[in-house]
Amino acid sequence: MKDAIFEVNNVSFSYEEANEKAMDQVSLSVPEGAFYAVLGQNGSGKSTLAKLLNGLYLPTSGQVLVCGMDTADEKNTWDIRQNAGMVFQNPDNQIVATIVEDDVAFGLENIGVAPTQMPGRIEQALLDVGMLEFRERAPHTLSGGQKQRIAIAGILAMEPRAIIFDEATAMLDPQGRKEVFAAVQKLNREKGITVLWITHFMEEAAQCQHVYIMEDGRIVMEGAPEEVFSLPEKMQALRLDAPAAARLAHRLREAGMPLKAGLLHMEETAKEVARACKLNSKA
Amino acid sequence: MLSDMTLGQYYPVKSTVHSLDPRMKIILLILAIVAVFTAGNSLAFLPVAAYIVLASRLSNVPFKMLLKGIRPLRFILIFTVVLNIFFLPGETVWLDLGFAKITKEAVITAIHYGIRLILLVMFSSLLTLTTAPVTLTDGLERLLSPLAKIRFPAHEMAMMMTIALRFIPTLLEEADKIMKAQSARGADFESGNLLARAKAMVPLLVPLFVSAFRRAGDLAMAMEARCYHGGKGRTRLHVLKMKKNDYIALLSMAVLLASVILISRFL
Repeated sequence: MKDAIFEVNNVSFSYEEANEKAMDQVSLSVPEGAFYAVLGQNGSGKSTLAKLLNGLYLPTSGQVLVCGMDTADEKNTWDIRQNAGMVFQNPDNQIVATIVEDDVAFGLENIGVAPTQMPGRIEQALLDVGMLEFRERAPHTLSGGQKQRIAIAGILAMEPRAIIFDEATAMLDPQGRKEVFAAVQKLNREKGITVLWITHFMEEAAQCQHVYIMEDGRIVMEGAPEEVFSLPEKMQALRLDAPAAARLAHRLREAGMPLKAGLLHMEETAKEVARACKLNSKA
Repeated sequence: MLSDMTLGQYYPVKSTVHSLDPRMKIILLILAIVAVFTAGNSLAFLPVAAYIVLASRLSNVPFKMLLKGIRPLRFILIFTVVLNIFFLPGETVWLDLGFAKITKEAVITAIHYGIRLILLVMFSSLLTLTTAPVTLTDGLERLLSPLAKIRFPAHEMAMMMTIALRFIPTLLEEADKIMKAQSARGADFESGNLLARAKAMVPLLVPLFVSAFRRAGDLAMAMEARCYHGGKGRTRLHVLKMKKNDYIALLSMAVLLASVILISRFL
C-alpha cells in the first residue's frame, strides 16, 4: 500500500465558545493518488474536518498527519499548506487579486518562488484547468465555475500533492458543478494529485473511490460507494439520499426485478434493467 | 445600475507615460508639486504648464480628461481665488470697498493660487489616468518599503488596498441584489427628503456590512490556506524595474524644476 497523504488518528475538536464537540474521535486515512469523498449534512462536521487537515484548526486531542508531518507542530504549517491545498465553497471569497494571473501567482509569491519561474508555473496551472485564455480577465467578470477553476489553478501552481475541496461545488449551478468536478477528476487521473472531495451531493460522492459519511462530528459509515449506497434504509436514517439511480434500482429489486447489486449510475442501471427485462420476456 | 460605476479613472491605452515605472511616476508627481509651489512669478508657471501639456500629449490621454478632474473642484477654486482677492494685503489699491481693499498684489497672488490648484489637480490626474490602481498600489508599496524598518506597515497597507479594489465590484453587485430584494418587499429608496432616504439605506447597509464581515473571515482563511504570512519572504510576480525612459522622465523633471527656480529668482 502507498503512503497515506492524510492520516487522522482519533481526532476530537471543539470550538472555543461551544461545549459540544464538533469532531469526536475521528480516524481516517487517504492514500497517495486516491480520490476520496467525505459526505454529510450541514453541521455534520465535514468542514471542520477540512480545516483540521491543513492546520487551519488544530485538534483538541488526537493527531493529524499530512504527508507524515504533524499539523500541531508550527514548523510544519507552511509545508503542510503547500502540500495540501484547499479550495473553499464560496468562489468570490477566495480570490485575492484583481487579475486572474495575479491571483494564481498569490500562493507562489507567499512561498517565495523566484519571479522568473512564476510565469511558467502559472501558465501550466491555468492550462491544467482549461482557463489559460482568461489569464488577463478580472475575476468578477467570470462565472462561478470559472472562478472556482481559477481558485484550483492558484492551488495547483504551488505544486501540491493533495487538494482538499470543501464543498467546492455547493454554490455553483449544475453546469458549473459538472465543469469543476470534471476538471478535478482530470487532475487526479493525469497528475496523480490526491483528492479529498467534501460534499453533500450523492452523485459526486458516488464517483469517488471511497466514501466517509459523517454525522454529528463522527464517521458513521465508510466504504466503496457501491457498498455504502446499497443500503438505502441506513442512508435514509442518516437523512441522506442515495443517488437517484441507486434508489431506483433498490425499488425495482423490491418489486421483484432481479438486478445485480452495486448500481450507482444512471447508464449502468438502465443497461441492467434492459438486460433483466430481456431475460424476463424470454422466460 | 450600481455596476455602471467605473473603477478609479484609469484610461487604458498604451503610451510612453503608461509604461513608466509607477515608482518613478509617484516621484515625478512629488517633484511636480514642488515645482508648482516654487513658482514665484507668473512667468514661472509657463514651463510647468508646457510640461503638463507635453506629458498629456505623450500619454495619449485626451487633454479633456485632464481638465475633467478640475470640475468637482470648481467651487473651492472660485472660493479660494475670490476670498484671497479681498483679504490678501497689498500696496497698489485698485478698489476700496471700505471693509476690504482690492489691491494689485492681492489679485496677482490669488490668481497664482488658482493656477497652482489647477496644475496640482492636473498632475495628479495624469498619474491616476495613466496608472492602473493595482500598479499604483504596487509602486507605493515598493516606495514605502524602506519604512518597514521603523515598523511602517507598507505591505499591509498595499495588500488592504488591493483587496479593497478586488471587492468593490463584488460588493456593488451584492448591494444591487439587496436593494432589489428590499424593493420587492416594498422598500422605497428613491423618494422622501434627505433624512427619509438616509433611513431607507439602513436595511441596505446592515446586510451589506454583515456579509462584508463574513467575506472578510472567509478570505482570511483562504489566504492563510494559501500560505500567506505577511510581507516577509514574499516574492512578486511583477518585478518593477527602472528603464531608460524612467531616467529620461526624471531628467526632464529636473530641467523643469531648475527652470522654474531660475525664472522665479531672476525674472
